[in-house]
Amino acid sequence: MSGVERIPILKIGDVLLASIQVDLQDRDVLALQEDLAEKISATGAHGVVLDISAVDIVDSFIGRMFATIAATSRLFDAHTVVVGMRPAVAITLVELGLTLGEVRTALDLEKGLAILAGLAGDRAAR
Amino acid sequence: MTGPGREDIPIAADDDVVRIRQVVRSYAQRARLSLVDQTKLVTATSELARNTLTYGGGGSAVVEMLGEGRRQGVRASFADSGPGIPDIELALTDGWTSGRGMGLGLSGARRLVDEFTLDTEVGRGTTVTVVKWSR
Ligand SMILES: Nc1ncnc2c1ncn2[C@@H]1O[C@H](COP(=O)(O)OP(=O)(O)OP(=O)(O)O)[C@@H](O)[C@H]1O
Ligand SMILES: [Mg+2]
Repeated sequence: MSGVERIPILKIGDVLLASIQVDLQDRDVLALQEDLAEKISATGAHGVVLDISAVDIVDSFIGRMFATIAATSRLFDAHTVVVGMRPAVAITLVELGLTLGEVRTALDLEKGLAILAGLAGDRAAR
Repeated sequence: MTGPGREDIPIAADDDVVRIRQVVRSYAQRARLSLVDQTKLVTATSELARNTLTYGGGGSAVVEMLGEGRRQGVRASFADSGPGIPDIELALTDGWTSGRGMGLGLSGARRLVDEFTLDTEVGRGTTVTVVKWSR
């Protein structure tokens, strides 16, 4: 049995970026969830970007992980944006009936960062 | 047709679900399914394989190439000797789960494929078979 595949988390300014490059096993997904929670609380990041441009399927388990990451990051006053979803994945998700809860999506990294910057602006104004 | 026409894959752990996704993907490509149809079939089989593992206590999958005239397709079936499903209609209802899922696996998988058969008996086990054809 192979070990857990740790997905690297990069820090860009106030934002954490995780690019999912492997065909995720359930335990890799759980590890990412934990690693992100720790890193948000350690860095005070205001946003998380999950780049799924290399992911060729999202099933209900992986979809639920996105929602959990988003909900967890909200506890630390951070928002989550999923970027780079492939068209075939998006079409399949709709037919599967999966909604991503409070997870925001953006076409690409640049637009994702713009959304997070906007939300951080709201936070600063409060 | 190159490559095997049939593959048996045990479902006993997490990584078997990943392996099934990979095998189904390669069959779907060989059957010339469109990218969207490949994605739908792989997603459906990922749901069914996980159900076999989670609720059926493990089992096995069979992935097969189908040829019917000029049409090609892929059939995947997932069998376990677990507790079976007492109320099929309920289990196929969007949002119904006996566990901590979202209750989308079975109903969603049915929407994503061309043919869907659910064969289950309480105390005996469950077999779900799906087919997707090239267009
Ligand atoms: N192989 C099986 N053996 C026994 N019961 C099953 C099997 N597959 C599904 N079920 C039952 O059917 C219910 C619905 O399954 P479905 O896949 O739709 O939802 P889920 O697995 O609970 O959640 P999700 O797939 O959205 O994470 C399950 O909660 C379970 O009670
Ligand atoms: Mg399920």
